[in-house]
Amino acid sequence: MAATLPAESALSNAKDSGRPPERRHNTPWGDALFSVLAHSAAWLTLAILAGIIGSLIVGAMPAMREFGISFLWHSEWDPVQDHYGGLAMIYGTLATSIIALLIAVPVSFGIALFLTEMSPGWLKRPLGVAIELLAGVPSIVYGMWGLTVFGPILATYVEVPLQSAFGNVPVLGTLFSGPPVGIGILCAGIILAIMVIPFIASVMRDVFEVTPPMLKESAYGLGSTTWEVVYNVVLPFTKTGVIGGIMLGLGRALGETMAVTFVIGNQSQLSQLTLFNAANTITSVLANEFAEAEGLHRSALLYLALVLFVITFIVLSLAKMLLMRLQRNEGART
Amino acid sequence: MTAISAMSASKLAMHRRRKRVNAVGLALAFGAMAFGVFWLVWILFETIRLGGGGLNLALFTESTPAAMSDGGGLANAIYGSVVMVVVATLIGTPIGIFSGIYLAEYGAKGRLAAVTRFINDVLLSAPSLVIGLFIYELIVVPSGGASGWAGAVALALIVIPVVIRTTENMLNLVPHALREAAYALGTPKWKVISTVTLKAARAGVVTGILLAVARIAGETAPLLYTALSNQFFNSNLAKPMASVPVIIFNFANSAYPNLQRIAWAGVFLITLGVLGLNVAARVFFRNKN
Repeated sequence: MAATLPAESALSNAKDSGRPPERRHNTPWGDALFSVLAHSAAWLTLAILAGIIGSLIVGAMPAMREFGISFLWHSEWDPVQDHYGGLAMIYGTLATSIIALLIAVPVSFGIALFLTEMSPGWLKRPLGVAIELLAGVPSIVYGMWGLTVFGPILATYVEVPLQSAFGNVPVLGTLFSGPPVGIGILCAGIILAIMVIPFIASVMRDVFEVTPPMLKESAYGLGSTTWEVVYNVVLPFTKTGVIGGIMLGLGRALGETMAVTFVIGNQSQLSQLTLFNAANTITSVLANEFAEAEGLHRSALLYLALVLFVITFIVLSLAKMLLMRLQRNEGART
Repeated sequence: MTAISAMSASKLAMHRRRKRVNAVGLALAFGAMAFGVFWLVWILFETIRLGGGGLNLALFTESTPAAMSDGGGLANAIYGSVVMVVVATLIGTPIGIFSGIYLAEYGAKGRLAAVTRFINDVLLSAPSLVIGLFIYELIVVPSGGASGWAGAVALALIVIPVVIRTTENMLNLVPHALREAAYALGTPKWKVISTVTLKAARAGVVTGILLAVARIAGETAPLLYTALSNQFFNSNLAKPMASVPVIIFNFANSAYPNLQRIAWAGVFLITLGVLGLNVAARVFFRNKN
């Protein structure tokens, strides 16, 4: 009540003098403070990104000066001689991520198709949550499970049979050579696939759901089967969104650390292009070596981190732009 | 007559082929769904089988054991995890909420808002290991050593983008009429935001915070070089601090069955906690709406 009293008196004063009542700010600093807080919080977000990039560049400087850009295509990683090239880790990162996408993309498409077109209503929510929970499982849990449970099973039931079946076939033989111990690029790729499925599948499900029902109903009305509707109508309509979702998954796969560190085998030499060999990714070599690294070694590791950050930044930016474009087109094409 | 039957035969063949493609496609989709759920069930099953057996009272009352000794628990790691997660949430949540408010209520369609939104989405999926390296350069090196504070700040940087995203989305869902009604009563902007729009979006914002907590509770990579680990019980945030995920990482490759047992018990606890938080956030959000 007390707060309104001055306002009333101001009103009566204004009536007396014939001027319009003045707007009273009972807390003039409130708006200003709130606005400053909101603005500075937004700037802080930008500062964090700038800080991350800046600190990586500063840390990587000595290695950049020493090895230059050719760091990217030299595979020699020798802490004893203090000579470093990042190709082996860059290869490991790309190879595991590509395997992950090869598995995760078709599976995610199937999951999105099932959830949007086939699932009975009462099952939609629990199944959707189950897939989302797959994203909630901490990566260290995937790592432990992969190392002690999944790796040995993969070795016995997949790698050994593959090797005995295709060991003598020219190309496949090389691909499947190496010790079938369940630790290496293949195992890391499969576990990464499981980890990125929820991200890709939930984006696909969401963009499938924004497809105008009219389009689908017209196709059904012409006698299309469910598969034809999804594959020939829904998928082309949501193409940009689907690619955006895949990019998002790729960004996740590239930067994943703990699960990969457990099952990749920590081997920094690039010998053969085989799926069963132990290898290293950028993230796993950072997790394994950064603690003991000094001088140029540490700087080379930070150089790798910078490379990783730049790659993921580009991939995630592309994902974001594609998803935004879909949103803009949403109204235009119906 | 023969022409018609030939045509209908080819049409019938095409019809059969389309039905076959449809059946195969849908069967594969069903298989994909089963494939996804299968991994979740398998991982949960193994977590309970291998981790459930390691549960006992000592896990919560004793600190991590030395390599050769028997017994021991995770008390120091559980305490460290809880403290760092709480501190990280306390640091990250206000920054995230204010940035979200900026995006929804101040910036809206401006340039700074567009850039912030873009950067935030990149940070949301940025490799957490790189965030740990950033804090290492920013805090650990200048302050002369790893500390619980550094770990908490690294986790806070992961909280911020999650909270920004959900806060902005939830504030955007609040109907404009509500804001206009408040402004029409002469309410200043900061009061409209704090007592009307933020209040209306409360359930969603809290859900976002819960999801952020779930995300950082299982994070290992940003803590590896910032908080390190500590074999002993430590309540001083200025010193290295143990956390459950880092202890799991350190013990996982150990040859000693006792350490492996404790690592798996840690996996069990952390999975239970993180998935519990995930489910709780969803249930909470649904009940409030």
